[in-house]
Amino acid sequence: MNPGSALTAVGADEGTTDRAGGWTAPPALESRRTPVLEVRAVSKQYGSGRNAVRVLEGLDLRVDAGEVVSLVGPSGISKTTLLKTIAGLQAPTEGEVVVTGRPVAGPPREMALVFQDYGRSLMPWLTVAKNVRMPLRHLDLGKDETARRCSEALTAVGLEDADRKYPWQLSGGMQQRVAIARALAYRPEILVMDEPFASVDAQTRFELEDLTLALRRQFDMTILIVTHDIDEAVYLGDRVVVLGGRPASVSRVLTVDLPRDRHQDTTRADERFVALRTEVLHLIQAPGRSSSPAGVQAPGRDA
Amino acid sequence: MTATATATATRRPAPALSPATRWLARVLVPAALVVAWWFGSAGSTSPYYPPLAEIVTRFRELWLFEQVRSDVVPTLVVLFSGLLIGVALGVVGGLGLARMPTVRATVMPLITFYRALPGIALIPVLVQLFGYGDGVRVGMVVLVALPPTLIATMDGVLGLDATLSDVVRAYGLPRSERLLGVYLPVAGPQVFAGVQVSMQFAFIAAIAVEMVGSTRGIGYQTLLAQQTFASADMWAGVLLLGVVGFGSSAVVRLVRNRLLRWYDGAQAVSRAA
Repeated sequence: MNPGSALTAVGADEGTTDRAGGWTAPPALESRRTPVLEVRAVSKQYGSGRNAVRVLEGLDLRVDAGEVVSLVGPSGISKTTLLKTIAGLQAPTEGEVVVTGRPVAGPPREMALVFQDYGRSLMPWLTVAKNVRMPLRHLDLGKDETARRCSEALTAVGLEDADRKYPWQLSGGMQQRVAIARALAYRPEILVMDEPFASVDAQTRFELEDLTLALRRQFDMTILIVTHDIDEAVYLGDRVVVLGGRPASVSRVLTVDLPRDRHQDTTRADERFVALRTEVLHLIQAPGRSSSPAGVQAPGRDA
Repeated sequence: MTATATATATRRPAPALSPATRWLARVLVPAALVVAWWFGSAGSTSPYYPPLAEIVTRFRELWLFEQVRSDVVPTLVVLFSGLLIGVALGVVGGLGLARMPTVRATVMPLITFYRALPGIALIPVLVQLFGYGDGVRVGMVVLVALPPTLIATMDGVLGLDATLSDVVRAYGLPRSERLLGVYLPVAGPQVFAGVQVSMQFAFIAAIAVEMVGSTRGIGYQTLLAQQTFASADMWAGVLLLGVVGFGSSAVVRLVRNRLLRWYDGAQAVSRAA
């Protein structure tokens, strides 16, 4: 079986993906799926005139409710710039970002972020519980509801006993769980994660990946996860958006047709998984479209 | 970090002194110096360097305890009120300067000039303008205590981590929460470094300002003793100044250690890593 054709030709009821990466839902589904996040023709340029550097060009992206979308691309492709634009921390030069139907003009209330560097995103003068509570305080929820959400979030990430500790007393993986709990307690419409597991060791990474999937199931969450780890992108995602080119744009969108129930041992050995990640790897390493390191050979494609 | 890690990997680290040994060293060295002073000055007949025994006797007679209320307390009141006001203004000002770049650019040259002035050189100016009195004394201490805390606070807030800034914006924290709940705590360690320097300057100023146109206070009494050639009394005053200065700095240190427990803890963890 040629893995290539099974991936690029998605079924008629799943919509079509054109070369530029724009995804169009088939008419029957258009009304059923509500996009929580839409990135419409976003471009980003730094500087002006002769010194202008265009890093993003005509990016289109869409995340529907209940989906996990992985955003992956080669290093240095301005994934962070795109993420900051999506998060409303930066304005795009052209195009717009729409969250739950409203254009973003600053960090949207419906979005929560988890950053890569947990050491710098958690507040060291606050206990774990207070860190999780901090974003809730200005939401006017009342003390009881706030306390309930915090303890629910901490329990969900397995840190119910660590509430009185300080972040720097915890390991890296546990600190990132605190950051995830903080985003959880906030109850966002969409959770955006910026290379969240890049700063932890490989085994902790597996635990946190499974935690993310478990939380998604438990709370029916919508997640956009930016990562440089191809395996992680395929393991976590319902769809994988591959960035490429300079300036960066969407090179391809792949649908991950693996069962939603994923396991580190079986899923990663699945031939479909292997084929998918190989496809993504090839897309990322494609010469002329992205900055792949010189001399890297594409792996052989055995069916 | 990496350099120290490699160094300890190839060489056995020197055994750290136990806390008891360290405490002992801290107490024994000054004690040894005092003993040396005692016996070294025992037979002295010089009018300027009386025996320590005589100084201690005068110390007991002068300062314990009736003069505490009339002279020590006023000094301390001027010192701490000036310090608190100066530090409060410094923190608020530093926060404001850090968050308002235009104001900062405008005001920075003035502040740089101001902090270079030796504070106590302003005493005659203040006295000329406002006369003598407790208010002027406190004002002097405030003027001197302000710059170190102001600049330290400003630097501390300016050094805010970009990630933390993103977190604060992403979660939409309101301004009061941002300023008091994030920017100020983050600058905490630096603020206190500034406060400790402010304390030293404040102490110098509080004593110096008593030596000009005052009728009470430790500084006044000590200067009076010097001018009337009561050497032992003067030295006793100097001893008291040392004790009060040490005690005041210790108070600031205690407050700092309580408020910055999180910082010291985090530092210890990252050093051990």
